[in-house]
Amino acid sequence: MADFKLPANSIVKKGKTFDAPEGASRVRKFEIYRFDSSDDKNPSVDTYFIDLDNCGPMVLDALIKIKSEIDPTLSFRRSCREGICGSCAMNIDGANTLACTMAIEDVEGDIKIYPLPHQPVVKDLVSDLSNFYRQYEAIEPWMQADKEPVGGRERLQSKEDREKLDGLYECIMCACCSTSCPSYWWNSDKYLGPAALLAAYRWIVDSRDDNTEERLKALDDPFKLYRCHTIMNCATVCPKGLNPAKAIAETKKMLVQSNL
Amino acid sequence: MSGNHGGTGHFWVQRLTAIALIPLTIWFCFSVASLPQMSHANLSAWLSSPFNATLMILVIGVGLYHGKLGLQVIAEDYIADRNKRVITIAAVTMISALFAVIGIVSVLKLSFGA
Repeated sequence: MADFKLPANSIVKKGKTFDAPEGASRVRKFEIYRFDSSDDKNPSVDTYFIDLDNCGPMVLDALIKIKSEIDPTLSFRRSCREGICGSCAMNIDGANTLACTMAIEDVEGDIKIYPLPHQPVVKDLVSDLSNFYRQYEAIEPWMQADKEPVGGRERLQSKEDREKLDGLYECIMCACCSTSCPSYWWNSDKYLGPAALLAAYRWIVDSRDDNTEERLKALDDPFKLYRCHTIMNCATVCPKGLNPAKAIAETKKMLVQSNL
Repeated sequence: MSGNHGGTGHFWVQRLTAIALIPLTIWFCFSVASLPQMSHANLSAWLSSPFNATLMILVIGVGLYHGKLGLQVIAEDYIADRNKRVITIAAVTMISALFAVIGIVSVLKLSFGA
């Protein structure tokens, strides 16, 4: 049966508080989830008061400032700091997004930062995305062509066919969409989730790929594809402005057409 | 449709039955509202028309089938244990079929003036 209460060791407790330095003029309160899977302690929420006059404009700037100047034990992933690597995906102000492209001033009230929802937490804001990556691998995200390209050169594609990949190829696999999807929360062991399905559709509509039918057939499953109920959280949170729900709907349409 | 086990059949039939239920439900509501009284005699006379009896059977059959497909989705969403899920879906299917047969037999009985 369903559990209506968190297990005792999962209840989030109040953690430490780090005050702003003396004389700070523009202070914002950051509440950050802390957890270490390598010890037995409950998760907690630490509070950091940051002087924005001494901090960059983005949430990631504040996290880096906390780690370098206030609390080196805070763990989070980051790399490019410009929204292209997807490493700093986390839940900020109640929605999944990238810390590097989320401006502090765009958050109203206290800034609450949690790891991506419904994933195992390794430490603090670092979640274990192994299952997410396995699902991406499962859709075989590479070109599958029967014939060698003409003249041993690159595979040509018309401008119109290339345009079909717009809104699909830009995905950075940050996992914001999949981990915001309730269907993915309940069935992530079987449902591929919006990110993997967007990637699958990207190869289904690629004119250079010859395995369209096989790719569609592999998705024809009540759990892999049809757990999508068009909730649209994926499209709402995507930091790149993509619409995985639409790609999933197009895949369902193609499956109906190929089955009729 | 070959994709019945794959999910595409379920997805497609759920939408077809949803669309069919729009005119059927409107017809059902207007018809019942326009009956002077909900007496046995009135209903029997109303269902003696083959048109009304046929549409009533469709309301029952299509409605219950659509409901069964919807409950199956809920079971698939929320029952993680495979055995419990299969048993629930089988029970929903059998209960829906039972209700459909009871409903259709009742319409036919009334239609033929029992």
